[in-house]
Amino acid sequence: MTDHDDYVAESSRHPEWKAYWKATVTLTLTLLVIWFAVSFGAGILFRDALDALSIGGAPLGFWFAQQGSIYTFMVLIFVYCFRMNALERKYGIKG
Amino acid sequence: MDEQMWTYLWVGLTFATYIGIAIWARAGSTNDFYVAGHGVHPVVNGMATAADWMSAASFLSMAGLIAILGYGGSVYLMGWTGGYVLLALLLAPYLREFGKFTVPDFVGDRYYSGIARFVAVLCALFVSFTYIAGQMSGVGIAFSRFLGVDFNTGIFVGMFIVFIYAVLGGMKGVTYTQVAQYVVLIFAYTVPAIFISLMLTGNPIPQLGFISDVKGEDISMLAKLNETVTALGFNEYTSTKTSVLNVACITAALMFGTAGLPHVIVRFFTVPRASDARLSAGWALVFIAALYTVAPAVGAFSRLNVIDTVNDTVYIGQDEDYAARAAEIEAQGQTPSPEWFNRWEVTKLVGFNDVNDDGIMQIRGPNAPDGLANEVTINNDIAVLASPEIAQLPGWVIGLVVAGGLAAALSTAAGLLMVIASAISHDLCRRTFFKGMNDVTELRIARVAAAGAVVAAGFMGIYSAKLAFVAQVVAFAFGLAAASLFPVIFLGIFWKRMNREGAIASMVTGLVPTFAYIWHFTVGFSYFGIDKGVEADWLFGVSPQGIGFVFMILASIVGIVVSLVTKAPPQDIQDLVEDIRVPGTRRAHGIADAGMAPAE
Repeated sequence: MTDHDDYVAESSRHPEWKAYWKATVTLTLTLLVIWFAVSFGAGILFRDALDALSIGGAPLGFWFAQQGSIYTFMVLIFVYCFRMNALERKYGIKG
Repeated sequence: MDEQMWTYLWVGLTFATYIGIAIWARAGSTNDFYVAGHGVHPVVNGMATAADWMSAASFLSMAGLIAILGYGGSVYLMGWTGGYVLLALLLAPYLREFGKFTVPDFVGDRYYSGIARFVAVLCALFVSFTYIAGQMSGVGIAFSRFLGVDFNTGIFVGMFIVFIYAVLGGMKGVTYTQVAQYVVLIFAYTVPAIFISLMLTGNPIPQLGFISDVKGEDISMLAKLNETVTALGFNEYTSTKTSVLNVACITAALMFGTAGLPHVIVRFFTVPRASDARLSAGWALVFIAALYTVAPAVGAFSRLNVIDTVNDTVYIGQDEDYAARAAEIEAQGQTPSPEWFNRWEVTKLVGFNDVNDDGIMQIRGPNAPDGLANEVTINNDIAVLASPEIAQLPGWVIGLVVAGGLAAALSTAAGLLMVIASAISHDLCRRTFFKGMNDVTELRIARVAAAGAVVAAGFMGIYSAKLAFVAQVVAFAFGLAAASLFPVIFLGIFWKRMNREGAIASMVTGLVPTFAYIWHFTVGFSYFGIDKGVEADWLFGVSPQGIGFVFMILASIVGIVVSLVTKAPPQDIQDLVEDIRVPGTRRAHGIADAGMAPAE
């Protein structure tokens, strides 16, 4: 048996690996959509529209570009960690 | 005790700490030397990453740059933090699972090619040397301005310190010194910011002061800043005239560049597991945000402060007795120039050129309603350096800011040195030219390479004024990392079909045009008789800082197309990619791991 045959045999005993990867990609895409929305969306593309609103006297689009996007980035990474740990428990992956 | 003494004391104390840590954290093996034995706690690694990441420019210049650019400065804030989301979600955990020492290791082994490894080494070396020259010259400037030491001597002192902990301790020594350096720099940055925020808005938290009303007035700080700058003929602070496309491209180039920078990526090789790598990226961003969310507040406060305290005041020169002259001016019912301006004028970071010979300092923008010319120049670094004095804080705080700037420069320099040393000793010597080398020899070569890199970096710092590309570190380092390294790493994880031919084509497509474009528009190929490029000729109106993103897209497309028309990668490689996607399932796979076994 070659290395690859061994590999296929072991992978076929673990169908949950494929499911885990699929769930990971879905989660990653979802979070990247938010990542894009707060930075390129709120901070750049739709800044003018958002600037009509304000937060404590700061135009909202400007605030997202200099503050809000950074706070969201932090939340996104910790949500990712939390959800990935949950996925790893669910699929019995040791992480 | 005066400020000079405090500065000596802080710098001396912090340097002694760094050396102490270096002696404690000696490296015993290549595993220790390159990746700190894969044993760093994720929070500790997050803090080290933050110090590694925040350079002399982040610490000293960024707030001042934002103060001048206003909204335009947002590209740096979003770009240099948003990249961590990409790192955490797309690269760090997978590269940790891959389990080797360097970025060229991944490129060379994933694409089963010595050529691919070599191109990756070239990218890593060029990016790191450009970056490190700026850090070393920052160290020289800090010493020459604040400690009365000659610029070159300052660089030698900096080289000596980095030499000790990088050569002795490798990544292990660097990691724990960076933790100490983070503490120094964040303390030095936030203390003055808190007092300035209190002074201006009555709110001690700068992030909240940023969105508060001016103390004792019924107008928000930013609205007042907008009014103040437009009245003097500047653009509105909270908006920009740069095109949306250019702003988006620069932000994207900085984000993808951050994620592709070798000295940032390797920090995530030092933690025990893939799950620690993503957690560590989260902590890194928290520690970075502690400075990056304060910086826009410091920038806005300083813009307002400088205009308030300097504009339309009576100038007091260096040859006059400041106190006596100030009292005299006040007696005449006028306002004297502030004392900090007088003191910082010696360093040439601020300057006054009395265009209309009225002895009064006019700050004016390009569209000044009263038609007067601007007479005052303020260096970007002043926003941070002079903030303790503007807030009238005691002398020990001023010395602390200098120690903080040095900590920022040294920690970044050390992280870059590790990339340079490992590219030479590991990627070139062990993995390319002398494949049978044992661990003891490799460790010895790694130390020699680190020592050599310190010396080379020092000389680049000394000659940085003559090396025109060094000033363009933002464009070169981030543009090249984004265009040449990010696509091959990302596609190597997320697309099994990506092969050797595609990877080499992609890296070359990213590297060559990006390099040529930036060089043409910032340095110029005058040697070949070609005039330096001008703004009107920018491709799609995208500046050199943002072009890396455009060529990154092109490089990805080329990589995909070339892969599809050539042979699929060997089965071993496809199995390897499956493995790194699922933590804890990594096994050795023939040609991918023949040269070096993956870590447990």
